Amino acid sequence: MWEYCGMARTEEGLTKALDLLKDLRESFWKEVRVPGSVSEFNPELDKAGRVADFIELGELMVIDALNRNESCGGHFRVEYQDNGEAKRDDDNYRYAAAWEFKGVDAEPALHKEELVYENIKLQVRSYK
Amino acid sequence: MKFNLKVWRQKNANTPGKLVDYSIDNINGDMSFLEMVDVLNDNLVRQGEDPIAFDHDCREGICGMCSMYINGRAHGPQHAATTCQLYMRSFKDGDTVYVEPWRAKAFPVIKDLVTDRSAFDRIIAKGGFVSVNTGQAQDANNLPVNKAYAEKAMDAAACIGCGACVAACPNSAAMLFVSAKISQLALLPQGEPERNNRAIAMVNQMDEDGFGNCTNIGACEAECPKEIKLTNIARLNREYIAASVINE
Ligand code: SF4
Ligand code: FES
Repeated sequence: MWEYCGMARTEEGLTKALDLLKDLRESFWKEVRVPGSVSEFNPELDKAGRVADFIELGELMVIDALNRNESCGGHFRVEYQDNGEAKRDDDNYRYAAAWEFKGVDAEPALHKEELVYENIKLQVRSYK
Repeated sequence: MKFNLKVWRQKNANTPGKLVDYSIDNINGDMSFLEMVDVLNDNLVRQGEDPIAFDHDCREGICGMCSMYINGRAHGPQHAATTCQLYMRSFKDGDTVYVEPWRAKAFPVIKDLVTDRSAFDRIIAKGGFVSVNTGQAQDANNLPVNKAYAEKAMDAAACIGCGACVAACPNSAAMLFVSAKISQLALLPQGEPERNNRAIAMVNQMDEDGFGNCTNIGACEAECPKEIKLTNIARLNREYIAASVINE
């Protein structure tokens, strides 16, 4: 995640991350060994569940970062910049994304929550 | 560093437990006690054994989750420190260390070193709410608080609800904990309307959950990681007696 879905992301890196995550998920579910059983107090099972969640969350982040072809806030896509300044694409990406799980190995469905600004005008943020 | 550990292992509340010997090597003195148990657990998992269940959360002495009775002392030998803030350098290389759960009727063992401390939550819940006026916050100067009281209230509020006081007490009394919670509010003007009901309800719940009563031994104060003072218990008694009379 740090390497390919960190502060600066590229399409190439994100695509690679998606592959790596898929392998990671598969090997996790195949090789995970949880001591104890489900029918008792089991903090190890708790931890394993958390790791499974993190893998899912990682995939979700990569999918969303790959889909968002702009740079915005903490999401800096190297392809979308003006000399190091983030280049937003308000016409196409002015929404908060919610991804619907459609099953393992199925493409998740994108739901868009449009962002409507009534009192402020959208502008380019510049630190120059 | 190297240690011989004797750790309490208990499958669940209905199965008797026992001390089990473990030895551990290559421990850095700057590791906390919990980190040492992490290393031990890692070894156990690798050997295909069941790791030791223990409670922990913040690991910085503020949440009150960690709870180990180490060498016969709640949170171990270091004064005013939780188990997570106890470092292995406090022990001598090669020491034998006993690790047990909190022991009290009101804190049944769930597994190994994990006990059910929800009795504390029930006491807190019985404390109920504190009324405040809604709307704009009033000017702070409208509500003068004596500085000495403010400081005592702050000191009482330092209680992290760990339960070491109960574990250390031969009566398994929860009086230090309850008194800290009662004092924190009783010393301040906020929460005044509920003051009497709060004292009665919390003390009743404490009795109902099977905690013992205070006989001024002081083990709680000695073992409390947050140095909650025994004088809070005197205040609790005063609050309770006054409330009983007023509520008559
Ligand atoms: S009074 Fe001290 S020992 Fe008791 S619960 Fe609070 S912090 Fe822990
Ligand atoms: S783990 Fe939070 S106080 Fe020790």
